[in-house]
Amino acid sequence: MNRVTLAVEADQSETVRMAQIVISGTTAICDPLGALWLPDSGVLVVSDLHLEKSAAFARRGMLLPPYDTALTLQLLAAVVDRYRPGCVISLGDSFHDSEGAAGLGASDKDCLAQLIKGRDWYWIAGNHDPDRPSGLTGDCADELYCDGLVFRHEPAAKRAEAIGEIAGHLHPAARVVRQGKGVRRACFAGDGERLVMPAFGVMTGGLSLKHPALNRLFDQQRLTAHLLGRDRVYSVPFSRLVA
Amino acid sequence: MTRDSLTAETVSSEILPKVFTDWFRAREWRPRAHQLDLVGLAEKGRSALLIAPTGAGKTLAGFLPALTDLVRRGQARRQPGSATERGVHTLYISPLKALAVDIERNLATPIREMDLPIKVETRTGDTPQSKRQRQKLNPPDILLTTPEQLALLIANGDADRFFKGLRYVVLDELHSLVISKRGHLLSLGIARLRKICPGLQTIGLSATVADPEALQAWLMPQDPDAIQKLSERIVVEGGAKPEIFILESRDRVPWSGHSARYAMPEVYEAIRRHATTLLFVNTRSQAEMLFQELWRINEENLPIALHHGSLDASQRRRVEAAMADNRLRAVVATSTLDLGIDWGDVDLVVHVGAPKGASRLAQRIGRSNHRMDEPSRALLVPANRFEVMECQAALDANYLGAQDTPPIGEGTLDVLAQHVLGMACAAPFDADDLYREIVSAYPYSTISRSSFDRVVDFVATGGYALKTYERYARIRKRADGLWRVSNPQIAQQYRLNIGTIIEATELTVRLTRQRGRGANVRGGPVLGKIEEYFVETLTPGDTFLFAGKVLRFEGIRENECIVSKGGDGNPRIPAYAGGKFPLSTYLAAQVRSMLASPERWNELPPQVRDWLKIQKEKSVIPSQEQLLIETFPHENRFYMVTYPFEGRLAHQTLGMLLTRRLERARARPLGFVATDYSMAIWGLRDMGQMFESGELSMENLFDEDMLGDDLEAWLAESWMLKRTFRNCAVIAGLIERRHPGKEKTGRQVTVSADLIYDVLRSHEPDHILLQATRVDAAAGLLDIRRLADMLLRIKDRIMLKRLQQISPLAVPVMLEIGREPVVGEAHDDILAQAADEIIAEAMGGAE
Repeated sequence: MNRVTLAVEADQSETVRMAQIVISGTTAICDPLGALWLPDSGVLVVSDLHLEKSAAFARRGMLLPPYDTALTLQLLAAVVDRYRPGCVISLGDSFHDSEGAAGLGASDKDCLAQLIKGRDWYWIAGNHDPDRPSGLTGDCADELYCDGLVFRHEPAAKRAEAIGEIAGHLHPAARVVRQGKGVRRACFAGDGERLVMPAFGVMTGGLSLKHPALNRLFDQQRLTAHLLGRDRVYSVPFSRLVA
Repeated sequence: MTRDSLTAETVSSEILPKVFTDWFRAREWRPRAHQLDLVGLAEKGRSALLIAPTGAGKTLAGFLPALTDLVRRGQARRQPGSATERGVHTLYISPLKALAVDIERNLATPIREMDLPIKVETRTGDTPQSKRQRQKLNPPDILLTTPEQLALLIANGDADRFFKGLRYVVLDELHSLVISKRGHLLSLGIARLRKICPGLQTIGLSATVADPEALQAWLMPQDPDAIQKLSERIVVEGGAKPEIFILESRDRVPWSGHSARYAMPEVYEAIRRHATTLLFVNTRSQAEMLFQELWRINEENLPIALHHGSLDASQRRRVEAAMADNRLRAVVATSTLDLGIDWGDVDLVVHVGAPKGASRLAQRIGRSNHRMDEPSRALLVPANRFEVMECQAALDANYLGAQDTPPIGEGTLDVLAQHVLGMACAAPFDADDLYREIVSAYPYSTISRSSFDRVVDFVATGGYALKTYERYARIRKRADGLWRVSNPQIAQQYRLNIGTIIEATELTVRLTRQRGRGANVRGGPVLGKIEEYFVETLTPGDTFLFAGKVLRFEGIRENECIVSKGGDGNPRIPAYAGGKFPLSTYLAAQVRSMLASPERWNELPPQVRDWLKIQKEKSVIPSQEQLLIETFPHENRFYMVTYPFEGRLAHQTLGMLLTRRLERARARPLGFVATDYSMAIWGLRDMGQMFESGELSMENLFDEDMLGDDLEAWLAESWMLKRTFRNCAVIAGLIERRHPGKEKTGRQVTVSADLIYDVLRSHEPDHILLQATRVDAAAGLLDIRRLADMLLRIKDRIMLKRLQQISPLAVPVMLEIGREPVVGEAHDDILAQAADEIIAEAMGGAE
């Protein structure tokens, strides 16, 4: 099960089990498709879409299958349809590089425009896409503050700035081993104070939560990985994960 | 084509220039008949295949045509501005770098002693840039190189000038080169060389093979519309018959397993009684284990060394040098030593574990005693009872001269894609011309024009139905109708990704003295490389065998696996990928035939004979063409054991497919395990009873149609196919090869091949790379052709035996259960378990 398979089968999933968590006092729902739903404010958060990633590779001579953007948008449409949010925040690295938005194919562009239409849409700047995506509506911001939460692409280095932070950038993933078999999945990583979102794009890799670059951000005693399953989010404490 | 030596002498003075006959005479040598024959054929402009056993002077024979021709042309080639173009005269291609270096040394002696005006140089991956540049400006007469270097040379804009004067291509160890993708790439390279020099002659040097005509065809340019062209063939009969023995142990031969640990005292005795012993094993982990065992009982401190492909190169070179100087008494080695490097005076070859193929055994035994007229001595050490039968079968085969080398196989499309890009890097090409050139290469002689065009389309824009990459095309067809590379970076990328050998991701093993401090310690010496997937199964404190030492795993730092000395205790042995050869079809048939003929059991040791006799009493012995199926209950489970003798890969595929079918028939199968000889499935219902009551039909269960939809359905989700896809994608240039030391660029620049596979499968199931992947997997990992042949063979010949308890023949595979990992993928239920056990804990078991 990876995000490509998920996207292909996204329209078929009926009953799903989300995980309800609390971030610095605010209730949030982790969806198995990899989005975060804030029911009180009606905000849907996605991170690291990396749209047009294969096109970025193609520009450098690696001709990867040109279908990743459509698949990611299919997943995005499914999750938007599930929550019908008034506001969507895309937490940065929405496009794999700064040429991505301009190079969008016509049908992908239409699809994205349909999703943006009729709701507030925020593009948070990421390291891959520091500038406003060309040719698309929606507001741009480096950081966004809303209802006691802060939304930014890269997690803050200082823990004092991390209270109520929702960030992306690091593509957290976690591995569980039982009966000699291991399963590795993208995950939400949170300790009750801050949350790092999984990458939403279908062609994104992951960084193990066991890597110091990730786990030093958290209080490891309270750190939980919410792993993305087929139709359920599985919550596993940090101490039970393997590298 | 043999003549007695007297005629050879008179003939030699006609064929060889005087300086050569003088040289032979001064050394009291006589040129051998096949050496002269080869010179004679070459002089007449013919290409030829020389098949000869080790020690027959094959290499000198291969170079004599070149040496004599260069001498006859004399100084003319050397004059600046001479009429003769001063390019490479002879190209020698070997599968191993080390072999090329070895040959350079061996050629130096006659050239020096005869004072020949001939320059010989090597060009391998290790050749420094400055020397490469000089070689381009001032090429040697004879260039010794590898298939990968040839691909690089012909993809260069200078190739025409560099190879203009090429007369001969000498291909060493041709039998081992042609059967792999490297061979496919090489055949395309030679087709290009022929285009540059139409009169080019090839000289193939080979060990004995099952199908010499295929090699003869390989050596010639083919025309798909004309009758197949074959090169000349010279066969040198083997010298003295080898003396082969099967080790008879005082100890019991084990029922199962591959370690042969029981026989080590006898093996050590054999080493003591001989000057130098080569010990061959089938896997690297066996090599490690054996080396350790031998040193444990090495009371006389005999110099015994270890040699396998994961060890650090400098360490391997040291072992090779010590061996050449006769400083070692024994070397434990894997297939890295199979190929022709000259060894000191090896007087015994020990083969531990069954040889898996009669040809492989013959070649390995050929390692001992390089003087052709004296018999080689070899000792076979079976690791279990089935292997005793296999060893006996191989032994019979070696005397009979039977051969079971694998077929050449059709050229693969991923390799073709790599070559097409290379040819665009060399010069603009016309598609019609390139197609004609490609079908002249034997492995590609049947490829259709439409497949070729799809490959060109793939190279240009990825070959997708969705045409969005026109603007990023790597090669473009211009107004003049010629295809050109779009920009110089494409050629740069091509050079970095060349070749067909895809290594599993490996980590460098580094030894530290600081034990128990994790990975953040000062490093010591590098011991070698180890597969990443194996390291991922370790936790700090685990021990394993590597480089002949027990090591303690400390941690991973970047791309290094940090270890300390491991001390005592039971180490985990590295489960290296590869190195396990499947049992050859030929030997499998021999083993079946031996099993079916009780009169031949007398050849077998008493323990094994008794084992078969009891099988005959308690169950049944199948005839050679029958497939025996036994069912019996054992510890609350029901078992079904089959004995196809078709090798582990084919059995694994069979197991997967049968399990699916039994599932559908509600037999509730739980798992299966496969060995080279048999396969066991276990489940919750009595399959024997289901067969007898007619609820389950034996014929339907084993019907060939399992290779249709069931296979497709299983393949689609199989991890094996993903692994194969990755290799094809790298070779074809869809994803970049990982380069050692460059991994640090991080996750953003790499894309998981699994994801690409899933995208392609969902959007373009007929994409050319998926086609290539399926063909590869069918031939390699799944051994489908063999399974198909077996299903055909056993149709209406299945013999069911219902038993109340386990049969003697079933014991080996039953013992493998639990030892071999059960194949299969992990799914969400693993996650659910991990998540739910927290809940159970919190509820204190109240839920």
